[in-house]
Amino acid sequence: MLKIENLTSHYGRIQALHGVSLEVNEGELVALVGGNGAGKTTLLRTISGLQGASGGSVSFEGTDITEMAAERRVNLDIAQVPEGRQVFTALSVEDNIRLGAYTKSDKAEIAADMEKMYGRFPILKEKRNQAAGTLSGGQQQMLAMARALMSRPRLLLLDEPSMGLSPVLVMEIFSIVEELKEQGVTIFLVEQNATAALSIADRGYVMETGTISLTGTGEKLLNDETVKAAYLGI
Amino acid sequence: MSAEFLQFLFSGVTLGATYALVGLGFSIIYNASHVINFAQGEFVMMGGMGTVFFLGLGLPMPVAILAAIALTTLFGFGLERFAIAPARGASVVTLIIITIGASIVMRGLVQVVWGKEFHAIPSFSGDEPIMIGGATILPQSLWVLGVTVLLVLALRYFFEKTIMGKAIIATSLNRDAALLMGINVRLVLFISFGLSAALGAAAGILVAPITLTNFEAGIMLGLKGFCAAILGGLGNGMGAVAGGMIVGIAEAMGAGYWISEYKDAVAFILILLVLFFKPSGLFGKTGTERV
Repeated sequence: MLKIENLTSHYGRIQALHGVSLEVNEGELVALVGGNGAGKTTLLRTISGLQGASGGSVSFEGTDITEMAAERRVNLDIAQVPEGRQVFTALSVEDNIRLGAYTKSDKAEIAADMEKMYGRFPILKEKRNQAAGTLSGGQQQMLAMARALMSRPRLLLLDEPSMGLSPVLVMEIFSIVEELKEQGVTIFLVEQNATAALSIADRGYVMETGTISLTGTGEKLLNDETVKAAYLGI
Repeated sequence: MSAEFLQFLFSGVTLGATYALVGLGFSIIYNASHVINFAQGEFVMMGGMGTVFFLGLGLPMPVAILAAIALTTLFGFGLERFAIAPARGASVVTLIIITIGASIVMRGLVQVVWGKEFHAIPSFSGDEPIMIGGATILPQSLWVLGVTVLLVLALRYFFEKTIMGKAIIATSLNRDAALLMGINVRLVLFISFGLSAALGAAAGILVAPITLTNFEAGIMLGLKGFCAAILGGLGNGMGAVAGGMIVGIAEAMGAGYWISEYKDAVAFILILLVLFFKPSGLFGKTGTERV
């Protein structure tokens, strides 16, 4: 479904991605783990088009989208939950969710989808008229996910959904991720919390200083000695 | 309330409404791009001068007004498309300097094409003053106030109820996240410049029958509108409206009770005071945000 070949990207003269290649198949939950500054977020931003590629290619369902404008990729049913949630703080929770369906025009469908989100995240319904900036970190994470799901994505890119959350909330977020996978959404999950991510993933990639250093099934990576030493703290 | 005070209040509120519209124009562009558009005053001037031109062609008043607004809006679109968009990625200061350049170009163009003379637009509905409590108010002042109220309400509706309006606010809050929603942020910027230009033109046309207009009329109106926007908290729409009213009334009172030669200074004294004591503006949000 998503195929990345030899992708490079620069911030000015600093190279952040040194030829990344990976693949996400339809229906899979693929995790990308790695330390701080490995280039995980840059990779996701290049996939969603927020960050330009300087070489290599990103293709989605056989179409090369390397040069496609970020806002047009949403129409291909790709959605990203960005690092640090990035909710629209001054807008109400409801407006945030509604903006997730910006590219949709069927009003009845949008209303039904909003009800679905409120069903999945009851706390958001309770706080629907509050400014998104007043929500707690976990609630903002749920809002960011609800907002992304409003576009009915087939490929969901999740960037550090567990960042800054309590262990209980991390479990809650990850169970939602698993639930989404069961519903047929393809998921590419970027995480520093390698244990949690790899234990729910079908496959995983380990990223180091802008390249993929290791790949395999989630289980295999969890038991890999170098991964254990470097990322799992075991 | 003395008749004198009432008289000053009427003229202050009329001026204030004009400044409010200009200030709103500043706020809209600031929100969408963090650029302070110093060509905003020229949009105001072009509305007035454009109406003069189209009236001169023999067009009826309402048509001339719409044509002038349309022409100014085109200039707004053009400014974004040909001067701001190509400089994408440049710093905000660079973009602001571009708008200063654009304002000089617009003044120059109008001067060369339409001349340097002062012009008057006839009042929309006569010049017979209306007596209220011993003071008089011109029918044109009522037009200024009425249309300003309508425009402010229409803008509120646009930004609070329509998805396009919310998309503009979303873009101003978080450009990257807006892109991820599929919002075309370049289109948002384009629309913002057009909308600001149209608002500016409306202000210029409304006030032209009272104050006369020429190619330089936009400089002072632009600066006062800028004061209004700063006073209310840059980027805060309702703040700009309140700021405009404060500047207008203070100016009229200053001219009436103090020295009329210094009336233009009042707005700038106010803005200095605000910047000293409450830099985010009277109604500037400090913002509730959690990380």
